[in-house]
Amino acid sequence: MATNSDRVADLVKRKYRHGFVTDIEQDTVPPGLSEDVIRMISNKKGEPEFLTEWRLKAYRHWLTMEEPTWAHVRYTPIDYQAISYYSSPKTTGTAPKSLEEVDPKLLETYDKLGIPLHERARLAGVAVDAVFDSVSVATTFKDKLAAAGVIFCSFSDAVKNHPELVQRYLGTVVPYRDNFFATLNSAVFTDGSFVYIPKGVRCPMELSTYFRINAAKTGQFERTLIIADEGSHVSYLEGCTAPMRDENQLHAAVVELVALDNAQIKYSTVQNWYPGDEQGRGGIYNFVTKRGDCRGANSKISWTQVETGSAITWKYPSCVLRGDNSVGEFYSVAVTNNYQQADTGTKMIHIGRNTRSTIISKGISAGHGQNSYRGLVKVLPTAHGARNYTQCDSLLLGDECGAHTFPYIESRNRSARVEHEATTSKISEDQLFYCRQRGLSEEDAVNLIVNGFCREVFKELPMEFAVEAQNLLNVSLEGAVG
Amino acid sequence: MLTIENLHARVGDREILKGLSLHVPAGEVHAIMGPNGSGKSTLAQVLAGREDYEVTAGRVLYQGQDLLALPPEERARAGVFLAFQYPIEIPGVNNAYLLKTALNAQRQAHGLQPMDAFEFMKLIKTKMELVHAPKDFLSRNVNQGFSGGEKKRNEILQMLLLEPKLAVLDETDSGLDVDAMRIISHGVNSLRSADRSMLVVTHYERLLELIVPDRVHVLAGGRIVKSGDRELARELDQRGYDWLQTGAKA
Repeated sequence: MATNSDRVADLVKRKYRHGFVTDIEQDTVPPGLSEDVIRMISNKKGEPEFLTEWRLKAYRHWLTMEEPTWAHVRYTPIDYQAISYYSSPKTTGTAPKSLEEVDPKLLETYDKLGIPLHERARLAGVAVDAVFDSVSVATTFKDKLAAAGVIFCSFSDAVKNHPELVQRYLGTVVPYRDNFFATLNSAVFTDGSFVYIPKGVRCPMELSTYFRINAAKTGQFERTLIIADEGSHVSYLEGCTAPMRDENQLHAAVVELVALDNAQIKYSTVQNWYPGDEQGRGGIYNFVTKRGDCRGANSKISWTQVETGSAITWKYPSCVLRGDNSVGEFYSVAVTNNYQQADTGTKMIHIGRNTRSTIISKGISAGHGQNSYRGLVKVLPTAHGARNYTQCDSLLLGDECGAHTFPYIESRNRSARVEHEATTSKISEDQLFYCRQRGLSEEDAVNLIVNGFCREVFKELPMEFAVEAQNLLNVSLEGAVG
Repeated sequence: MLTIENLHARVGDREILKGLSLHVPAGEVHAIMGPNGSGKSTLAQVLAGREDYEVTAGRVLYQGQDLLALPPEERARAGVFLAFQYPIEIPGVNNAYLLKTALNAQRQAHGLQPMDAFEFMKLIKTKMELVHAPKDFLSRNVNQGFSGGEKKRNEILQMLLLEPKLAVLDETDSGLDVDAMRIISHGVNSLRSADRSMLVVTHYERLLELIVPDRVHVLAGGRIVKSGDRELARELDQRGYDWLQTGAKA
């Protein structure tokens, strides 16, 4: 098999396609964190008093907290005083009023990433909010959405134009005391997306936020808040990329979803932060808190994630199933190649009667990658008739990677039914040979088999992105045959 | 079409093929018969390029080129097809998708444009009729939940689609009832032509009543110990293999 591993070695030298840096003048605050820095961020954004105070409360609480160590990931300690907490392109100190005011270099950046913001070239049927480092630089289709009563804007705009909604819902799903990274985010978050879907409205198009880290030695701390009022529907997608750098960069985001009676939110993520190089140098530390609150009866929140990037992924998109008959879903594909580490999964908290949850997790490890599923299914005494089905499958490519499963089940209601199935398999030589005997190259055979393995998750993605996710997976695993 | 000279192959320390020689001219169908463990499946796997088998001596010429020098996918694209004894399941992969990918990999190797979905559906439907494949054959996952007979029919369907120059059928009759065997034989016979050769590996004579071979070879102890016409198959059916194996050892 010597020739085989030589070929693999050649193929491993894959290229991260989004690793370029945009040369643009940026307004970046000096590294370090203090109450003054937080006041300055809040001041730069012209925030109301309540928000400044909320940030400071979070910061003071954060100072009393310790960084969690329970995740199955290893990294050199992060120096929080060495990070710059605010960076924005200079020309757009505040969000521009229209696309004409947006710096052409920024438009060009998003063009290169395949996310055209220009009127002519826009993605059909998808409204995009583009977040560049700490600020939102453009939001498309605002008018069309406004006609339907949908609010889709940057978080900063929401604070200015809809402070009552922000004040009412911010921190109600992920409180500022929630966890180390969420608390840090609450103190220093700079921008993100805000969505409000009014009663009975089915959002006329997919909403999407594209996050881009550009500046060096900065962290990205965005916050997304989506509120689906009674009987409304929305499908939302986020994508993320970053330049290739030798040092690690921190990304600590918070996403809060609120679904009121009969409302449905579908939240999809295609995460492709820079994963680091073949030796494990550089890459994004992705420490993210995502939680949805099925606050109303018969509401539904569905998370779909395809995690191919980041040096470290630490995220557990969760559902609090408060409303009776509410439904939570989590579909995940997580890929770790080279020296990537992922500790990801979900929490399903059953509170209401007849609440249902489904967890489908597909972990793929290659190279020296370490992939952990960590999930909690918790049924409270009030959750009569609660049901959960969990399926965790791990696929190993090669002998130097690892797959781990940490399922936690706490059921305090006897009428609840909780099912858990887990499998771990290696990609089979028989399958590879079968495909190659039909004329497929080894690479194509691996892609075919891995895509088949992920199919249950991919079919949950909006059409436009399912193909992208599949291609991304193929790129992530290039040369991973072992 | 195919010339095998003094082929030796082993798995680990165990030598299975011990100097096998065979010549299959273009347009002919040859049957390989023999008792369990004689090396029939090993021969099929070695021809297809399975890496678990190490060829220690001998050579294999396919259309004049050194077959053993090619990786499995290049052999396949050059027209070598193996109908597996135990077809493999690929969860989550649509059967139609595998068929189309395989066809287009072959077309690409021959400098042809990939076939689009519309053309492909037209083509595959004509092939499906030949093996009486139900409609849902295409939408199901590759061999997943297929009965033994369906799996074999799926192998023959792939063969009809890819139209190989050299088809190796590894115990395609095992586990089939008479009706299924008739359907599959009909599919196989429809591919017989002057520029195509087949190597039919089987235990039993009954398949050879339906796919009538030009030559019959008996493989025992890793070598061809006897060759003849179809009458040899009938003789084996009556007398078994013991009388030949004794000869092989001597």
